[in-house]
Amino acid sequence: MSPVLNPTAAKRAATRDAYGEALAELGKQNPDVVVLDADLSGSTRTKVFADAFPERFFNLGVAESNMMGTAAGLASMGKVVFASSFAMFAAGKAWEPVRQSICVPHLDVKICATHAGLTVGEDGKSHQMLEDLALMRVLPGMTVLVPADAVEARQAVFAAAACRGPVYVRLSRAKTPIVLGDDYRFRIGKGTVLRPGNDVALVACGVEVGAALEAADLLASEGVEARVINMGTIKPIDGELLVAAARECGAVLTAEEHQAVGGLGSAVAEHLAQHCPVPLELVGVQDTFGESGDADELLAKYGLDAASIAERARRLLRRKN
Amino acid sequence: MALTPERKLALEEIARRIRVDVIEMVHAAACGHPGGPLGMADFMAVLWMEHLNISKENLHDPQRDRFVLGNGHTCAGLYSALAHKGIVPREMLHTFRKLGSPLQGHPHRNADLGIDMSTGSLGTGLSTAQGMALAAKANGWPTRVYATSSDGESEEGQIWEAATSAAHFGLSNLTVLVDFNNIQIDGEMRKVMNVRDLRQKYEAFGWHAVDVDGHDVTAIDAALCAAKAETERPSALICHTTIGKGVSFMEGKAAWHGTAPNDEQAREALAELGV
Ligand SMILES: Cc1ncc(C[n+]2csc(CCOP(=O)(O)OP(=O)(O)O)c2C)c(N)n1
Repeated sequence: MSPVLNPTAAKRAATRDAYGEALAELGKQNPDVVVLDADLSGSTRTKVFADAFPERFFNLGVAESNMMGTAAGLASMGKVVFASSFAMFAAGKAWEPVRQSICVPHLDVKICATHAGLTVGEDGKSHQMLEDLALMRVLPGMTVLVPADAVEARQAVFAAAACRGPVYVRLSRAKTPIVLGDDYRFRIGKGTVLRPGNDVALVACGVEVGAALEAADLLASEGVEARVINMGTIKPIDGELLVAAARECGAVLTAEEHQAVGGLGSAVAEHLAQHCPVPLELVGVQDTFGESGDADELLAKYGLDAASIAERARRLLRRKN
Repeated sequence: MALTPERKLALEEIARRIRVDVIEMVHAAACGHPGGPLGMADFMAVLWMEHLNISKENLHDPQRDRFVLGNGHTCAGLYSALAHKGIVPREMLHTFRKLGSPLQGHPHRNADLGIDMSTGSLGTGLSTAQGMALAAKANGWPTRVYATSSDGESEEGQIWEAATSAAHFGLSNLTVLVDFNNIQIDGEMRKVMNVRDLRQKYEAFGWHAVDVDGHDVTAIDAALCAAKAETERPSALICHTTIGKGVSFMEGKAAWHGTAPNDEQAREALAELGV
């Protein structure tokens, strides 16, 4: 693929915007696609679909559990269902209907959850979902996708529609750097090496991919060549790519806008502990809830910015034998 | 006893000042939710100034009243009411939604600031208020518990679970004030997801329920007095309001649910509010 753009200079776009546009295109291609929302269609961008296909859009009101149950029923009748709300409410409030009615019967419901993570900003901890990857990843049969940018988000939506069974797609509110080139090809279950290097591997997802690329620049100025991997699928995790990175780099750092436990870092640790144990460093939120503030301020405060990743990588390198 | 004419004027003045604070806070934060709290200002003024037994002096008295803002996004109005009570320092209002401020974008429980429960996820507030009311009743305390809710929040199933159980437990010490403005995020409530007649619904669930003009401080006061006189049932005041009340260009418009006014709009809004 073409070289990755410099994230600090890159164009910015929100993954939720890419979602709305992709959804409207999908609607054109497939008359069985239906979309549900819970009074947030403007924010999640399902409104783009709703305006184009009003007869295939259902707003359930502020009732996320009811929405997920309804999604299951529609899917059982052969519809390809996209259901959206903020990540907090789609994965959190409606977790049990997602488990019982969608995952147990393994139905074709694609949960596209926006406003995930700290980058929600000023709305604060009640809206900053930092546990959704853990909650979704643990569900049998659930595929979990975390697009790095708008380019990947668009492709993830089409991939989710094309695959069988339930899928969780994690999207952001904030406009984040576009780090993937136009010829990038997303495949479920496959990570991508965005930058070569053999001193340490930085495995990231979502907004942290841009931060990891920046951190790699910082490290390069100190003579450390970091391999940067975009892990767009959390489940099923790309074990092959991880083992190769662990073997060749000897140390692996993960970075995610999520609790440091339960998400990408845990998925990587589970795999490497069994197949190729190396020193690991898990960058994420450290067993705390978020708070109100500007998105970038919050990423810095909670140790998720490029400087923090670089610092954690230096610490990891000292542990590498 | 009905409000005296002087008291009525005083409460209307507090409501006006809450509206001014709401505009200033949301404008300074450059984000947040102005519409809801502008519509709720009149009943928040009556509840906080006339009924709630919460003050700087009794803040740490376990038997004092409790308050839960179920529709947590409207917290600018709550913070202003707490400032009028002298509990939240006025200068703190300017930190609303900023990094490090106790005045979070949605309420976060804070014993020193009189914020009794964390809210923001709709549907959660009334159940927590019920828990407080159950504890007070079990302890034989005179504590009354007040919660707010909204037409949008009434779409959440958990509200109706709490409505069922609060009546079952006979929680006459619990009162909910529902901000019924026919607006939710995606537009007019009756078009997005119609919750229909909430007074009839609460009544059917076994509550003492009344429709109130949510901008008539005398009527709100009378309804709160009647709720206090209940001995067996929880009470619901369905407060009929206009979102954005007091700022003509915000009134009745869903767009002002969660949009901050720009400099010029803020100036215009404050001028209409007599600043
Ligand atoms: C469980 C949950 N789902 C969704 C949201 C996002 N949300 C915040 S306010 C709101 C609409 C609420 O309607 P209402 O309280 O009537 O709004 P208002 O009259 O204040 O505009 C929604 C959907 C939320 N906070 N919690």
